Amino acid sequence: IASDTRLGINFQTVATDFKKVFKMNDKLYVGLAGLATDVQTLDQLLRFRNELYELREERKMKPETFSNLLSTMLYEKRFGPYFCEPIVAGLDSKNKPFLSGMDLIGATVIADDFVVSGSCAENLFGMCESLYKPDLEPEELFETISQCLLAAVDRDALSGWGGVVHVIKPEGVISRELKGRQD
Amino acid sequence: MDTVFALRYDGGVIIAADQANARSILVYQDNLDKIVPLSSHSMMGVSGPNSDLVNFSDYVKANIALYELSNNGSTLTTEAQANFVRGTLATALRKGPYQVNILLGGYDVKTDKNGLYFMDYMACMHPVNFGVQGHASNFCLSIFDRDWKEGLTEEQGIAIIEKCINELKIRFLIAQTNFIIKTVDKKGVRTVSFGSDPADT
Repeated sequence: IASDTRLGINFQTVATDFKKVFKMNDKLYVGLAGLATDVQTLDQLLRFRNELYELREERKMKPETFSNLLSTMLYEKRFGPYFCEPIVAGLDSKNKPFLSGMDLIGATVIADDFVVSGSCAENLFGMCESLYKPDLEPEELFETISQCLLAAVDRDALSGWGGVVHVIKPEGVISRELKGRQD
Repeated sequence: MDTVFALRYDGGVIIAADQANARSILVYQDNLDKIVPLSSHSMMGVSGPNSDLVNFSDYVKANIALYELSNNGSTLTTEAQANFVRGTLATALRKGPYQVNILLGGYDVKTDKNGLYFMDYMACMHPVNFGVQGHASNFCLSIFDRDWKEGLTEEQGIAIIEKCINELKIRFLIAQTNFIIKTVDKKGVRTVSFGSDPADT
């Protein structure tokens, strides 16, 4: 799962180290694209719900369950939504990869290849469709997703200013920062 | 059309703001203090309509004081105060938003660290090295980008602030004659200079 790190207000860049991908547990990450205040609010709400679940159930939440929870939380605000379009990435109990994306009111799509979100979603779709191949090794996957991200954000004025990639494997997560165009 | 800007330096934070209290074409007051001390070692530069500015800053200030009273004198870190402010703004956002844009700066004596937090009226909070609220950002951010570096002294910080004020006086359409500058360091909140004494009623 990867994101850029720009925080902007219209055309002005306020910060270049804004976190949009959040860890829920070792095998579950959520990426939130959209209005920054709702990104932060949803992160706080999701952490609350996830930790409460872990306390009650005494086990980690499955990615499918988390995706459903997020979808429900978004639809609850159907007529005053959070302006965020999240993606969920994780490994299920059998360490099989899980990917889902949804719109701002929780309409979910589960994909076996890639999910994208943000102001340059179209660019990302094009890049992923071209570069993606199934059954890539983790290192190859890192290269692929990095190229998709960097090329896509370079064609969008509102995206970029740095990137971060998390590769989620059963043994652990490797997070790396990307060096990209700072414009 | 307020101007609030701030920067971190080695050992503290400086916040500067214009002193005009205006609505539409009328200037009610030219000695308003928009930099509100929240605790002994933190302050908040607020821009926005005077009603929200006063109401919101009074509410935050009172609640931070209440925390210290209710918790046997234990103080909130700058980050905790910023998160409290964000929570207040975020809760109010979908009910009756406070139209205040904030720069919150403080110095944590226990950890010897300074902190500056940028917050827009929609409650997006982010720690920054320097920040500008208002139209002035178009003029001042590039000065900060060029001159700010890690490890500035207080004098160097004030010099950059003065540079920004000068730039606004030359190039900004709205004449802002009076600016108030405050710093916070391990000794606490201190007023460095003002254009017009806020205490003059």
